[in-house]
Amino acid sequence: MRQNENIVSLKNISVAFDGETVLDDINLDIRNKEFITLLGPSGCGKTTTLRIIAGFVEPDKGDVLFDDNKINGVPAHKRQVNTIFQRYALFPHLNVYENVAFGLRVKKTPEKELDLKVREMLKLVNLTGLEKRKIDTLSGGQQQRVAIARAIANNPKVLLLDEPLAALDLKLRKDMQTELKKIQQQLGITFIFVTHDQEEALSMSDRVVVMDNGKIQQVGTPKDIYNEPKNAFVADFIGESNILDGVMIDDRLAEFSGKKFECLDSGFEKNEPVDVVVRPEDVDIVPLSKGMLEGVVTSITFLGVHYEIIVDIGGFKWMIQTTDEQFVGDKVGLYIEPDAIHIMKKSEYSGKYGDYSSYSEEIDHLSDVEEDEN
Amino acid sequence: MKNSALGRRIIACPYYVWAAIFIIVPLIMMVYYSITNPVGEFTIDNFLSLGKYSKAFLLSITYAVISTIITFLIAYPLSYAMTKLKISSQRMILMMVIFPMWMNFLIRTYSWISILANTGIINNFLVSLGFEPLKLINTPGAIILGMVYDFLPYMVLPIYTAMSKIDTSLLEASDDLGCNGWQKLKKVIFPLTLPGVVSGITMVFVPSVSTFYISQKLGGNKTMLIGDAIEYLFNIGPDHYNVASTLSLVLMVLILISMAIMNRFTDETDEGVII
Ligand SMILES: Nc1ncnc2c1ncn2[C@@H]1O[C@H](COP(=O)(O)OP(=O)(O)OP(=O)(O)O)[C@@H](O)[C@H]1O
Ligand SMILES: [Mg+2]
Repeated sequence: MRQNENIVSLKNISVAFDGETVLDDINLDIRNKEFITLLGPSGCGKTTTLRIIAGFVEPDKGDVLFDDNKINGVPAHKRQVNTIFQRYALFPHLNVYENVAFGLRVKKTPEKELDLKVREMLKLVNLTGLEKRKIDTLSGGQQQRVAIARAIANNPKVLLLDEPLAALDLKLRKDMQTELKKIQQQLGITFIFVTHDQEEALSMSDRVVVMDNGKIQQVGTPKDIYNEPKNAFVADFIGESNILDGVMIDDRLAEFSGKKFECLDSGFEKNEPVDVVVRPEDVDIVPLSKGMLEGVVTSITFLGVHYEIIVDIGGFKWMIQTTDEQFVGDKVGLYIEPDAIHIMKKSEYSGKYGDYSSYSEEIDHLSDVEEDEN
Repeated sequence: MKNSALGRRIIACPYYVWAAIFIIVPLIMMVYYSITNPVGEFTIDNFLSLGKYSKAFLLSITYAVISTIITFLIAYPLSYAMTKLKISSQRMILMMVIFPMWMNFLIRTYSWISILANTGIINNFLVSLGFEPLKLINTPGAIILGMVYDFLPYMVLPIYTAMSKIDTSLLEASDDLGCNGWQKLKKVIFPLTLPGVVSGITMVFVPSVSTFYISQKLGGNKTMLIGDAIEYLFNIGPDHYNVASTLSLVLMVLILISMAIMNRFTDETDEGVII
């Protein structure tokens, strides 16, 4: 098969549970051998999307294609995909070796070949020596590795990973991210990865699918998603963003916060209302006389590499990252390069995100930690 | 810490007294009776006289094995099917399984007499349709039916409990790894419910092998099971307590041995399901 050919395609997939729409007209082409990540907040339908590909959920509408063949109705055990479950789902009555050998035994693989394969897999995930251990005697990280080995021992064409790292602590998670990426490149198979951690998604993926509310909001490379978010939801979900109400006066000329700014975007109607995104790291603090905008510093947080400050500009609170120390109450000037301004069409998300008026660093961090622990 | 340990011991006190009076003392008495004669002298004659009960032993074991197998064959698929239903339906069926246990054991057995008797419900029905009446009561089949009926809940409960504890993600994982329905049952569901199966088998086999009432009422007086023999000996007078105790002792040892064998199956997996 050629690279970049689509291995899995979802066509107009819709799913409802008990009358509640969970996936709404999903269209997605997944290329052979890519590392693609489904990213979105809890309940947006990521797991359901994976389960449709694995064969555990039948879509109400739409087609699932595998290698260009329609596989709607093909039971899970006949699909050439394997899953790493959110809570591993390892067999407690089998030891490490037998867990990894499970799929091969089902396929009646000859003993010699099976043994070679299992040992190769255990080596790949660094578990050699633990063959005889019972599952409940393993650490979380080790169980994770068994789950990976058990899935890839079957030579799947596509590996589905449902938040496989969510239960691990930060350090282990970072290590496993690198390792998973390595394994994916080594085996040359397609990974469809689910996470609600945007950093994880950006650092590991070839492409990211941002989902919300059962819909795909944007598909693109991590860079595209970060630099060219399609709407306020994506801009806010990926990294930090100041999202302002603006008007596109003309090609390459936008107006927001009561001032006109040069930018690089074009192709909008004259005087079209738009959402304007400015990333906190792209705003420079300058002396008042040189500023394009001016505002008052209302809060400062020291984060080690930089300060995160909140600046009130005409009632709208901006977040700005700077390495220069500022003080609350200071009047400062802001300078924004044309390429730091990103213009988006208005959407249902306009006005809901991107204002830091109720922002508190502590609260944000606390809720991050809570999410991580889940 | 010490205080609470002491407290726990004090709380457990009634239990120790209870156990001593109702378990330990009878056991000691049983052993004592089985190695003495009616005038209290030590003897092993009781054991030597057991030969004439070998047929009753054999029959008891055969009936118990057969009814245990049948209860298993009913309970396992039933439990499996139950876990596929809505929770409310599962509760409903469970209630129906447990419900007969609320009725007195004797009444349950008696009701089978009125169903199976020569002029019982089934035969009256057959005759009214113009068929010959069947010989149902006083057959080995009737005894086994009675045992299966009486002891089925003890098989269903532990198996159902074990079955419903299986994490659905394990079943999905086995689907995912290529198992068809049969392979899933053989490789995942059965091993995971094995502790429940072992408890169920123990809980049905033990009362079946020592039962006495069912065989008398449903089997007529033709079949004497070991439980009947013990009951008979105790009934005819104190002179026979010694042999009866010996029989009980041997039966108990037999049961302990079979339980030990059963438990070997679960040793490799994890702890048994206790109800
Ligand atoms: N079997 C089901 N029956 C009813 N509702 C369901 C079922 N499975 C999922 N849902 C609902 O569908 C929605 C999407 O669920 P899904 O598990 O796909 O979300 P998710 O993006 O994976 O979320 P998370 O990050 O929390 O895992 C949720 O509102 C969930 O409650
Ligand atoms: Mg999920």
